[in-house]
Amino acid sequence: MTRRIKVEALARVEGEGALDVTVRDGRVTALHFRIFEPPRFFEALLRGRPYSDAPDITSRICGICPIAYQLGAAQAMEDAFGVVVSPEIEALRRLVYCGEWIESHVLHVAMLHAPDFLGLDDALLMAKTHPEVVETALRLKKLGNRLLEVVGGRAVHPVNLKVGGFYAAPKRAELLALRPELDWAAAAARRLLRTVAAFDPPDLTRDYLFVALRHDRDYAITGGRLASSEGLDAPIAAFPDLFDEHQEPNSTALHGRTRDGRAYMVGPLARWAINGDRLLPDVRAEAAALGVAPVERNPFRSIVVRAAEVLQVVLEAQRLVDAYRPPDPPAVPVEPRAGVGVGATEAPRGLCWHRYRLADDGSILEARIVPPTAQNQPTIEEDLRQVVERGLALDDDALKWRCEQAIRNYDPCISCATHFLRLKVHREP
Amino acid sequence: MTRRPKLAVWKFSSCDGCQLQLLDLEDDLLALADAVQVAVFLEATRATAPGPYDLSLVEGSITTAADAARIRTIRRQSRVLVAIGACATAGGIQALKNLADAAEWVRAVYPRPEHIATLATSTAIADHVPVDLELRGCPVDRHQLLEVVSALLAGRRPALPRTAVCTECKRAGHPCVTVAAGTPCLGPVTQAGCGALCPRVGRGCYGCFGPKETPNLPALTAQYAALGRTSAEITLALRLYNADAAPFREEARRHDPPHQG
Repeated sequence: MTRRIKVEALARVEGEGALDVTVRDGRVTALHFRIFEPPRFFEALLRGRPYSDAPDITSRICGICPIAYQLGAAQAMEDAFGVVVSPEIEALRRLVYCGEWIESHVLHVAMLHAPDFLGLDDALLMAKTHPEVVETALRLKKLGNRLLEVVGGRAVHPVNLKVGGFYAAPKRAELLALRPELDWAAAAARRLLRTVAAFDPPDLTRDYLFVALRHDRDYAITGGRLASSEGLDAPIAAFPDLFDEHQEPNSTALHGRTRDGRAYMVGPLARWAINGDRLLPDVRAEAAALGVAPVERNPFRSIVVRAAEVLQVVLEAQRLVDAYRPPDPPAVPVEPRAGVGVGATEAPRGLCWHRYRLADDGSILEARIVPPTAQNQPTIEEDLRQVVERGLALDDDALKWRCEQAIRNYDPCISCATHFLRLKVHREP
Repeated sequence: MTRRPKLAVWKFSSCDGCQLQLLDLEDDLLALADAVQVAVFLEATRATAPGPYDLSLVEGSITTAADAARIRTIRRQSRVLVAIGACATAGGIQALKNLADAAEWVRAVYPRPEHIATLATSTAIADHVPVDLELRGCPVDRHQLLEVVSALLAGRRPALPRTAVCTECKRAGHPCVTVAAGTPCLGPVTQAGCGALCPRVGRGCYGCFGPKETPNLPALTAQYAALGRTSAEITLALRLYNADAAPFREEARRHDPPHQG
């Protein structure tokens, strides 16, 4: 018996998701998940622009994680020009990135993904059934945005970051003013983690190839070396030798695979598996007490790891604020020269990689940006294949919702992360 | 009890940052959700309700034939339609392709360009349908967005500044970056609304709120030239997030070296 499951793209969000599945005798014989969004051609429009434009322009790729683009671009330029920023600048970059992780993760965990586990359409309904969770989440998210505003000047598309550092260093008093709210947030993040750790995840365990940055001291956020669950250890410049992007027919997102053609996963589960020993002991203990394993292989547990990462960055932000010394100067001077530079950071959704080739006046000759969602797309397909096979007993609406929830495990981007699939099931005798 | 007004939020080609400003109204979000019926807001909910809609907020620019058709459908279903953000009001950063060889851009980014179906241009919502109000910014300011929604639902005109960024910069007491440091700044020709964020950190305004009413661009670019900026640099400064807004577009064209034109 053949069952055709067709999910038509819709609800114009960050593009259309399309899922087309053919099931024969209880086995998925074909499955294609595609993201289609109108292309915006960032790699093309950057050509001919000065190096200093790259952080602000690439920020416009994503309103939810602009720091990932601003910082990756700035690092790539600094790499090309042979510039190293001061430890104070590096610490302030990490602090503003903590703000982005809080804002992005809390939005996804509490307002976009949690409703799936509670059988609700959205966080607005959740505000009626679980008001304390939604109110806590909104306040946490606001704190993340405050960090972005105080350090970055604006929550969406910050204005204070540049190649070499910052236009102006925030005053110590401005950051210390956030300390009481950070203290509240540390307790709130523990509550949020406990809430989502108690969710009952659909059963699915897979043997993923995890890929993340790894830092010699920190839980990698602002930089590190390429690492994998198979022991990879390579500089970020080696990325194109190790990973490739393919374009699937009728898709505008490029699909990432290893050079030998395998799907891999970036994002919270990958970071957790690879960098668990770099977590604050407090976070590791709290997570362990709630039953979070050192390596989580159920993608539906990503919500729990995201919540643990929120606790990690809230506690880090506390320390960074306490230790803050305004960088002086706020930016190191840069002298443009011809060359190639690479930059990579851990965006909330996973590894985000940049490379630019520059002319001797610092104008951009060539740009390449590999965002996390493109890398995860083949893995999302593989997950969906198993979700469908395991869920064939579900009726169409329940199976559709389960597929949406599985896609949201990757927080692919805010709009993609909401419910956008229109499912059609063709039953053939 | 009176019927709650139906709010719809629509996305076209964009980064999601403007509609995110709704979710970033942390203190007011739940009150807003109680005051309106959120009929379509895919960034926040899987539940949707059919039109007509009392207020449609439209983010993003038109870059495909399908989207050009879709905005006409949305317009027919919307009593009031507001374009939010630089993409929706000027085509956004992706409108830089309007000046370029769009087919070459597709080849530059995609190994299999035959699968990419887009228009040669990225255009504002108002180029396709009548728009009741345009809210500027890349991204829009969340307090302005709340003011627009509140005012329209109350049947009054939103209180939005039409002055230059300079006005709010002076009011905030920031030192003028051009006068004090010789830094080029688009503040004199850019519409207020951001709160003069860039001058606050000692940076020149880069015009993300687009041109103000009747901007004096030739005077400003003369100042850029006096500060040592070349025509090519002036052109690049005007060709950013509001590159296709008419005053910026025309002034940039005036400075554009012929071989690029």
